[in-house]
Amino acid sequence: MAEFQSYTLNFGPQHPAAHGVLRLVLEMEGETVRRADPHVGLLHRATEKLAESKPYNQSIGYMDRLDYVSMMCNEHGYVLAIERLLGIEPPLRAQYIRVMMDEVTRILNHLLWLGGHGLDVGAMTAFLYTFREREDLMDVYEAVSGTRMHATYYRPGGVNRDLPERMPQYEPSPYRSDKELREMNRAREGSVLDFLEDFCERFPACVDEYETLLTENRIWKQRLVDVCPISAERAIALGFTGPMLRGSGVEWDLRKMQPYEVYDRLDFDIPVGTNGDSYDRYLVRVEEMRQSARIIRQCIDWLRENPGPVRLDDPKVTPPTREQMKDDMESLIHHFKLFTEGYCTPPGEVYAAVEAPKGEFAAYIISDGANKPYRLKVRPPCYYHLAGTDEMIRGYMLADVVTLIGSLDLVFGEVDR
Amino acid sequence: MAEPESLYEQLRGRFGERLAEVRLERGEVTAEVRPAELTAVMAQLRDEQPWRFEQLVDIAGVDYAAYGGDEWITERATSSGFSRGVTEPGFGRLGLTGIYGVQPVSESTGRRFAAVYHLLSLSHNHRLRVRCFAEDDDMPVLPSVTGIWPAADWAEREAFDLYGIVFEGHPDLRRLLTDYGFVGHPFRKDFPLIGNVEPRYDPEKGRVVYGPVEIEPRVLVPRVIRDDNRYRAPGTPEEDQADG
Repeated sequence: MAEFQSYTLNFGPQHPAAHGVLRLVLEMEGETVRRADPHVGLLHRATEKLAESKPYNQSIGYMDRLDYVSMMCNEHGYVLAIERLLGIEPPLRAQYIRVMMDEVTRILNHLLWLGGHGLDVGAMTAFLYTFREREDLMDVYEAVSGTRMHATYYRPGGVNRDLPERMPQYEPSPYRSDKELREMNRAREGSVLDFLEDFCERFPACVDEYETLLTENRIWKQRLVDVCPISAERAIALGFTGPMLRGSGVEWDLRKMQPYEVYDRLDFDIPVGTNGDSYDRYLVRVEEMRQSARIIRQCIDWLRENPGPVRLDDPKVTPPTREQMKDDMESLIHHFKLFTEGYCTPPGEVYAAVEAPKGEFAAYIISDGANKPYRLKVRPPCYYHLAGTDEMIRGYMLADVVTLIGSLDLVFGEVDR
Repeated sequence: MAEPESLYEQLRGRFGERLAEVRLERGEVTAEVRPAELTAVMAQLRDEQPWRFEQLVDIAGVDYAAYGGDEWITERATSSGFSRGVTEPGFGRLGLTGIYGVQPVSESTGRRFAAVYHLLSLSHNHRLRVRCFAEDDDMPVLPSVTGIWPAADWAEREAFDLYGIVFEGHPDLRRLLTDYGFVGHPFRKDFPLIGNVEPRYDPEKGRVVYGPVEIEPRVLVPRVIRDDNRYRAPGTPEEDQADG
């Protein structure tokens, strides 16, 4: 028999459990991981450099493509930074819409994470269940912005347009009966807010469903409990944020600690874990979904009662309406200048952070007074989580690598940028 | 959230001359540190009671070579009339010396490359931005803070990869985001936006080879700086501008 001390194993970049394009070079001793060296950058598109060559508004769409499962939260960080640079504040209704869509995004992200994590660890059914609810929220995205994923909905000074009065409905088809069609369209008779309200009504029961599948499941617990824990001190030192930090028992959430938009007016709780292992991070994220549904409910109530503008009336930053543009020379000039040149921001620098589903997402913009950012630095939460992989995985088994990667909630669009 | 004003006053009082500059803008505190003092000041910022910056949130490399450069004259009229296009290589192409560029970054100012550290204190709930300029533009070197915050590991590797800033004392300073065997530091302002090389399949050799890029860079929207009166603080006089 050959004698060997250790060997190197290539995990990814084509491995289905690598969540995209992670190449993990593992130094193994038998089945135990001695060292992990993540190789990233296979999806590097130089988003930050591209943003330096474009007027501010043209880069909003690039933010969607960073963390492509929590699209609007990325836009939020970027747009917030521009607004602070310009010294403007969007109307209150726009702030409520943003908070509501942020929470829709959080549920979207956690549903994908839960389904994918379950699939990695060997629980197929949860994936099918979570994608059922995810589809409804994708429809909400489509109704408000026109696209299912890359919304480009938030704009400096508000949001692109108000919430639509009608929710799109399923059309008759030879493959479904009238009864089925009526059932499918039952919640879609009214506006987007009605649809979301109905969603929030049934969503807690859906989360219960996922939990019956997983939370007390013996295999699930064997794979997750006490796997790759991280202490609170190390989590802070390694730059962990979001559920990765809260799973270790640190009650830190930017929505509560450094509230932006209208989060200080809303009532919600911050779930924290105790052991900091993969199972606690799972519990934290599941509870966050319930809390998000709670926030959405409060936003719906406010939005129903308070119609109003969703875009700041500042023609130097936000475009005029179509009618104004056709009617009024001044508006036509503003429209032309805004779309050919954009707006110049005052020189200076600003750092705006939001609590994205994965952690602290932030945009740091340096402006020299031009219509394009001089430097844009995106602070992606996953980047630091992945950097901590080596420390967390040492001494665990190969199968735990899959659990850990799932538990980190990685998306390579934002790690590589 | 803690008041940034008090943090600003305390920093000025406690560190005094050791900080090259402390500024309070838009409710955010920025301190500038000289490279020689960086590690000592950072260690104090982490450990001492009034600051307690337990977390290094992010490090951003910055190249200030093209700061304030624009492509259109916005301040005065010309006798020959304006051109709508941008034809010459300039700041808008983000390539000052690449194969499409002609403007070398020659003068060494000691103010070209900087690392910007964003610190967060969870116990006091305040943030601080620390900027540190590398003294030599040709070979930017800064001390590493990996010994203070382990989070600096990948952040410094990224700044090294994209800007070529060397962090002295970093345990494992390798490229991270760019391709294996990549040449150059792509986020520098003298690196062209379209890159220098592109891969293509060579049917004769039967493998992928690298050749010079074939696409022409274009500027769709020129970079302009407008000295907009809206952003001037009330009471400050208009500055004399030589040109745009």
